[in-house]
Amino acid sequence: MRLRGLVRKEFLQVLRDPSALAIALVLPVVLLLLFGYGVSLDSQHVPIALVVDHPTSDTMRLCAEFAYSPYLAPITMHGLPEARQAIMERRVDAIVHLREDFSEKLRRPEGASIQLIVNGVDANSARIVTGYIESAYGKWLEHSSSHVGAAPSIAVVMQSRVWFNSNVLSRNFLVPGVIAVVMTLIGALLTALLMAREWERGTMEGLLVTPVSMNEILLGKIIPYFLLGMGGLAISVSMSVWLFGVPLRGSLMVLVLASTLFLLTALGMGLLISTLARVQFVAGQVAIITTFLPAFILSGFIFDIGSMPRPIQWLTHIIPARYYVSLLKTNFLAGDVWSVILPNALALAVMAAFFLGMTRWLSRKQLD
Amino acid sequence: MARLLALIVKEFQVLLKDPRSRFVIIGPPLIQLIVFGYAATYDVTEVPIGVYNESPGEASRDLIAHFTGSPNFQQVATIAQAGEIGPLLEGQVALLVLHVGPRFERSLSQGTPARLQVILDGRNSNTALITLGYAQTILKKFNAQWARQHGLPEPPARLEVRSWFNPNLQSRWFIVPGIVGLLTLVVTMLVTALSVAREREQGTFDQLLVTPYHPWEILIGKAIPGFIIGTLEATLIILATVYWFQVPLQGNVATLYLGVLLFLLSAIGVGLMISSLSLTQQQGLLGAFLFLVPAIILSGFSTPIANMPPLIQKLTLLNPMRYFIVILRSVFLQDAPFALLVNQMWPLAGIGLVTLALAAWLFRQRMY
Repeated sequence: MRLRGLVRKEFLQVLRDPSALAIALVLPVVLLLLFGYGVSLDSQHVPIALVVDHPTSDTMRLCAEFAYSPYLAPITMHGLPEARQAIMERRVDAIVHLREDFSEKLRRPEGASIQLIVNGVDANSARIVTGYIESAYGKWLEHSSSHVGAAPSIAVVMQSRVWFNSNVLSRNFLVPGVIAVVMTLIGALLTALLMAREWERGTMEGLLVTPVSMNEILLGKIIPYFLLGMGGLAISVSMSVWLFGVPLRGSLMVLVLASTLFLLTALGMGLLISTLARVQFVAGQVAIITTFLPAFILSGFIFDIGSMPRPIQWLTHIIPARYYVSLLKTNFLAGDVWSVILPNALALAVMAAFFLGMTRWLSRKQLD
Repeated sequence: MARLLALIVKEFQVLLKDPRSRFVIIGPPLIQLIVFGYAATYDVTEVPIGVYNESPGEASRDLIAHFTGSPNFQQVATIAQAGEIGPLLEGQVALLVLHVGPRFERSLSQGTPARLQVILDGRNSNTALITLGYAQTILKKFNAQWARQHGLPEPPARLEVRSWFNPNLQSRWFIVPGIVGLLTLVVTMLVTALSVAREREQGTFDQLLVTPYHPWEILIGKAIPGFIIGTLEATLIILATVYWFQVPLQGNVATLYLGVLLFLLSAIGVGLMISSLSLTQQQGLLGAFLFLVPAIILSGFSTPIANMPPLIQKLTLLNPMRYFIVILRSVFLQDAPFALLVNQMWPLAGIGLVTLALAAWLFRQRMY
């Protein structure tokens, strides 16, 4: 009965503060829309400069191959200086340069050369652009044998298949990860701030002298934010599946159980931070630095953990979001793979127990 | 002048008196720079691969040795039956499976292209694409070697790839200058977004408004500490970028610092605007957060703006971080002259002036 009063008070506090409500309900939707529609690692219609010193029918055939590619948007330029200026101003991402003697050398045994200059500032995009141009060049090689008279000299061809995400859409891999960020925001950041405010204002001490037990106080904090987090999960999953068409191949049961474990961990972290910091400015900073940013960068959400240096890979093991992101991606894209689900769920359960236990232990000490 | 100085000194005292908030301004950003500088990478190394070789001959073994000998790949499993491929990929033991069919050798000796099947885990679409690119490069080398050894004709033209500004295509050179912007933004926003809100919550802002200070004096008093802390923070991070991460600073330091100052102007403007809108510290913090998250995602820091839908690309024009990221990367890697960056500088100044004016206006308008 007393517990119900506490839960009710907490709910009213969230509902009446527009900024808390924005974090709990608006930000998740905004984040999902941004990652679902806005952000993408798939480049299309990449502008490239074509510089042909001496146009002939051979160079035209090669240029046509670039124009034909759906990934490239070639722009013809006169001379390298103009192209260099365009690359500096970031109007094009690459330059393809065919020299004066291209046609001539094409028919000689040593062969001609096609110069490709890419803007390497964004290494990832540079690699993708190089790949697009290479595949256009490969097509030209296949077609060119009939004109130039050289037999194709390809011994082994590659057949690639991508499982779980056959069109290699970055949306399918980003959107499940956003759910982990959303849950971290609601579970850890919001909880840390709201608890710290009670300490700062002295209402927490007022609560401590009432007959309410410590367990009831903590449950009174956990229950409303748990429900809020589950609401966030429901919004996120519905948007992922129905709006963005991300496949949900695993069972909903596993998804809900994994999310419960992660949410309890995040709540535990939030409560622990606010118990230790007790000042909103510090609690907010610590919550952003220890929960939100790692969920973004160290969880495997955008950057692959396997590519990080070893010490950083070890460090990711203490980031709860890492286990949750792995669970989410497998659950959405691959299905119920128990060899992935069980170890990750176990790690989350241990972390949830640790953080909630620590909070309970430290909170008891405050009473005396 | 003396009374303005008194206000500035007081602002500094508020920020630096609490040892925890002192630490929060200096410690975490540096730790984040180091951790994220190493963690945030799109480069893929030591991809775990499984090998399924059904062909008994020497050529297939040679082909597979090309893969296992590369630093990009690491063989973790040898597969004897097709049924083993599924669990290996699903359980994330291997990211890629190479499959050489039983007829590989025969097709090769008959001169028809032999097939190499590559199966990838697409849960992280970006890693999958990059890995596929590596595999294609290795196969190309193998084909060239095969052609030479067996006297097949050379291709009529070769593609010669060069990368400007970042010759080894290290994604760290791209990410770390971005982190300079990211951390400067986060610290400056947190310092300024709380400054007015804290006084409002404690009731001292009303007192400040009835003193002989002009609103613009209060504005300067609130802005200067943000400027100084932001500049020092940026300097610290730029030094670490150059001396710790060894990212070359090709361009002019004066141009870089002009960019830093204009960026700080706009970040402080936004921070103070949020702060004057907020009635409590909590709202200030959450408001800052509501601005930070989209500002970082839509800045081109981790995903290119060119890949976003046109509507969102237009929206990013309002984002100060977007311009600063371009300035940072252009000055660091491209040695961009000032003239090339004017188009990035004036929007920053514009955003700064508009938001600062709004903040000063809100000082008086939002009183309860």
